[in-house]
Amino acid sequence: MNGFFEYVGTCMPQLLVGMKLTIIMTFLALILAVVIGLVACLFSISKVKPLNWLSGIYLSVIRGTPLLVQAFFIYFGLTSALGLRIPAFNAAIIVLCLNAGAYLSEIFRSGIAAVNKGQMEAARSLGLPYGVAMRKIILPQAIRIVIPSVLNQFIITLKDTSILSVIGCGELMRQGQMIVARNFRSFETYAIIAVMYYVVVIFLTKVFQMVERRLANK
Amino acid sequence: MIKVKVEQLKKSFGSLEVLKGIDLEVKEGEVVCLIGPSGSGKSTFLRCLNKLEETTAGTVIVDDNDITDPKCNINKVRENIGMVFQQFNLFPHLNVLENIMLAPVDRKKLTKEEAKVTAERLLAAVGLAEKAGEYPPNLSGGQQQRVAIARALAMNPDIMLFDEPTSALDPEMVGEVLEVMKQLARDGMTMIVVTHEMGFAREVADRVIFMDGGYIVEQGTPAEVFGNPQNKRTQDFLNKVL
Repeated sequence: MNGFFEYVGTCMPQLLVGMKLTIIMTFLALILAVVIGLVACLFSISKVKPLNWLSGIYLSVIRGTPLLVQAFFIYFGLTSALGLRIPAFNAAIIVLCLNAGAYLSEIFRSGIAAVNKGQMEAARSLGLPYGVAMRKIILPQAIRIVIPSVLNQFIITLKDTSILSVIGCGELMRQGQMIVARNFRSFETYAIIAVMYYVVVIFLTKVFQMVERRLANK
Repeated sequence: MIKVKVEQLKKSFGSLEVLKGIDLEVKEGEVVCLIGPSGSGKSTFLRCLNKLEETTAGTVIVDDNDITDPKCNINKVRENIGMVFQQFNLFPHLNVLENIMLAPVDRKKLTKEEAKVTAERLLAAVGLAEKAGEYPPNLSGGQQQRVAIARALAMNPDIMLFDEPTSALDPEMVGEVLEVMKQLARDGMTMIVVTHEMGFAREVADRVIFMDGGYIVEQGTPAEVFGNPQNKRTQDFLNKVL
C-alpha cells in the first residue's frame, strides 16, 4: 500500500498538468459552444428556410456521428485534404465546441419553446421588433430555464475531452497513457485517473447544484 | 375621424375558416365591445387588428396604415395600438416599473428618467403606485392586469385592444380592472374590447357587436342589442348569459 501512495506521488505532477489542460479545454470549448449553440438555435427557429436547413444539417451530422470519428475527421482528414497543419490542442477545441454546440443548440431551443407564447406576443404588441423582443424578453427567461441542462452539458464535455487523447492532445487521459507506456502500470494509473475525473465531476456537480438553488430562490 | 377600418376580413387556420368576411369601422373615441359565444372569432378578429394574426384576405386599416400590406412597418403601427391580454403576459423577469418602461425607452428613445416619470404616473392612475418595485409573480391577478394596462398606455397609444381582460381573474378582482377601463373610456380612448362582462358592455360601450360563426351578426347601441335584439342567434346568446 505504501508503494501505491508513493506511486501516486510520483505520477501526480504529470497528471495534474493533464488535468489543468482538461479543465482549460472544457471551459474554452464550452464558451465557444454557447455562441455556436445560440446561433444554431436562432437559425433553427428562424423564419428563413435556408437558415433552418443549415442548422438542421449541422445538428444531424454532429448527432449522427461519434465524437471519435469527428475528431479523426477534423484533425487528420480535413487537415490533410486542405494541406494545412493545426496543433492538436486547436483541433481538439474545434471538435469539442462543434460537438457541444449542437447539443446546446437543442437545449436552447427547448428553453425558448418553454417560454410562454404570450411573452413574445406582448412584446411585439408594444411595437418591439422580433430581435429586441428575443433579446430583452425571451432569452433572459429561456436562459434561466436552460441553466441546469447547460451545466450538465459542461460535465459531459469535460468527460468527452478524454476522447481527444487519441489525437495527441496532452490532457489528463493522454498523460496517463504516456505514463503507462513508460512503466506498464495500467491498473494503478487508470484507477488514479478515474478517481481524478470523478472528484472533479462530483465537485462541479455540487457547485452547480448550489448555483441552481440560488437561481430557484431568486 | 375613423381610427380602424376593416373590409371583408377573412382568416383561416389551415382549412378552418374562422373569420368569414368582417366589415367594421371604429371612430375616434368610440368604445366597441365584441360579444359572442366562444369560437365565434372575436379574439382572432381582435388579434388581426395589430397583426398578431396574419389575415387571409381583406384589408385592415389602422390610423390610415394598411397593415395587411406587406410593406407596412407593423412595429411602428403597433406603437399606437395598446393591447391587453387575458393572461396579462407581464414580463416576469422585470419588475413592475421595468415592465412599463421597457418599450418607451427602447422604441420612443426616452431617457430612463423620462420613462420613469410616465411609468409612475400611470401606476398611480391604476392605483398601484406602491407596487413599482414588485415582480409580477408577487402580484394578484387583478394587480397584474392593471399593470398590463399601464404598460400598454406607456406607449401613449390612441387605440386600445382588450382581449377578454377579466376572464382569467378571480371574481372579486374583476371590478378593479373594469374600473380602470371605465376611466380610460371616460378619458376618450378608442377601445375595442372582447368581453364576457355584459354589465360592462351595457354601461360603457358606445356600440356592441355580436359575433357568431365568423360573422358580425348584429350590432348597435347597448340599448338596442341588449334591450331589443333582432337576430335569433343574438337572442339565444343573451338569454343564456344574462
